[in-house]
Amino acid sequence: MIDLLITYDVSTETPAGRKRLRRVAKVCVAYGQRVQGSVFEVSVSEVQLVALREKLLQEMDPTEDSVRIYRLRQPREKFVEAFGRDGYRDMSAPLIL
Amino acid sequence: MRTLLNTLYVQTQKSYLHLDNDNVRVEVEGERRGMLPLHHLDGIVVFGNVLLSPFLIQKLGRAHKPVTWLTEWGQFTARSETPVSGNVLLRVAQHACTCDPARTLAVARYIAAGKLQNQKTTLLRSAREAAEEDAPALRQAARDINAQIAVLPLAETVDEVRGIEGTAARSYFEVFSLMLRVNRDFFWLGERTRRPARDPINAVLNYVYTLLAGECASACQTVGLDPQIGFLHALRPGRQSLALDLMEELRPVVADRAVVTLINRQQLTPRDFTLHEGRTVTLTEDGRRTIIKHFQERKAEEVHHPLTGRKTPLGLIPHVQARLLAQHLRGDRPHYPPYLHR
Repeated sequence: MIDLLITYDVSTETPAGRKRLRRVAKVCVAYGQRVQGSVFEVSVSEVQLVALREKLLQEMDPTEDSVRIYRLRQPREKFVEAFGRDGYRDMSAPLIL
Repeated sequence: MRTLLNTLYVQTQKSYLHLDNDNVRVEVEGERRGMLPLHHLDGIVVFGNVLLSPFLIQKLGRAHKPVTWLTEWGQFTARSETPVSGNVLLRVAQHACTCDPARTLAVARYIAAGKLQNQKTTLLRSAREAAEEDAPALRQAARDINAQIAVLPLAETVDEVRGIEGTAARSYFEVFSLMLRVNRDFFWLGERTRRPARDPINAVLNYVYTLLAGECASACQTVGLDPQIGFLHALRPGRQSLALDLMEELRPVVADRAVVTLINRQQLTPRDFTLHEGRTVTLTEDGRRTIIKHFQERKAEEVHHPLTGRKTPLGLIPHVQARLLAQHLRGDRPHYPPYLHR
């Protein structure tokens, strides 16, 4: 699995832009966890990354918006420091609700 | 590398699971408890009163992620069958493995090795807490079992493995009552007797083993293994041989330890037993209740799994082990790694 950080900046000045914002967010939610307003931590396989990138490119408008995908260095616990409210859940730990 | 996907266990009663943007959204009484992207899961196990939306069940079905329904107490009730489930292939692999004496022997050997190692750990741990005069006997028994572990690789048939296991079991049960610190005149163990139990310790052991066997059987079902087709235990109609196999390495850790603890804490006393004519002993209803309560609490305790390196509730170890066995049978793992308790 590859750990990614995805951030986006979608122009919301027009109704079409707001629609794009919702759609971009939706793609990110489907693949990962929202850690901040427009910041997602995503853990995917190579194949899923290709699909995810494709979907993001489809939803965004390259002249108005910006989407950035960063690869996180592993292990995550060592290289990600989070402070304050943190709803992150390790998806490889036992999931018992 | 093949990544292990995770299984979602939902134990909270009155939970509602539904599909939300390719995530499983878990709600309890209208409040959100979790958003779990589907691509992290390879199945969902729900206990008791947990509701799943039809769309979620269908989506899981299409994605080949089975849903297993267990009772609140963990007994298997139902499992969803997906269009292309690994189920039938896993069973075929399991059958093929039992038909291959060399592979059967290898699995049986690992299971026995796990059991003996855990017996040893249990004895040594008790020896540290035991009175001075009892500790040497416990340590000696641990050494005897260690010697049997060394003999295991030489076993050439499953029967020989069973023989080695039996020899170790004799050393183990000979000193079993030395692990007890109270009510020694009442709690004694002659030899292992199953039906009927001849002494109080046998009565308790039989009862706890039954609880544990149920857990292991539902773990097999959950993973898609046939609980009746075992490796170490001989096949016999109606016998859950594989469940009994999986249970072997957990007996000393989960069941025996629980019995020793309950007696030493005096939560289980002579009053909890009924002595019958003809030298048979049974548990009273109060005694049974005490044991179930302790068993449920013990299952929630987290232990470190040496292979996955994660903290896992003891009650989920049978599921983890069944999954590891399935991986071995499918050929994803060179051998079956037993659970070794620290």
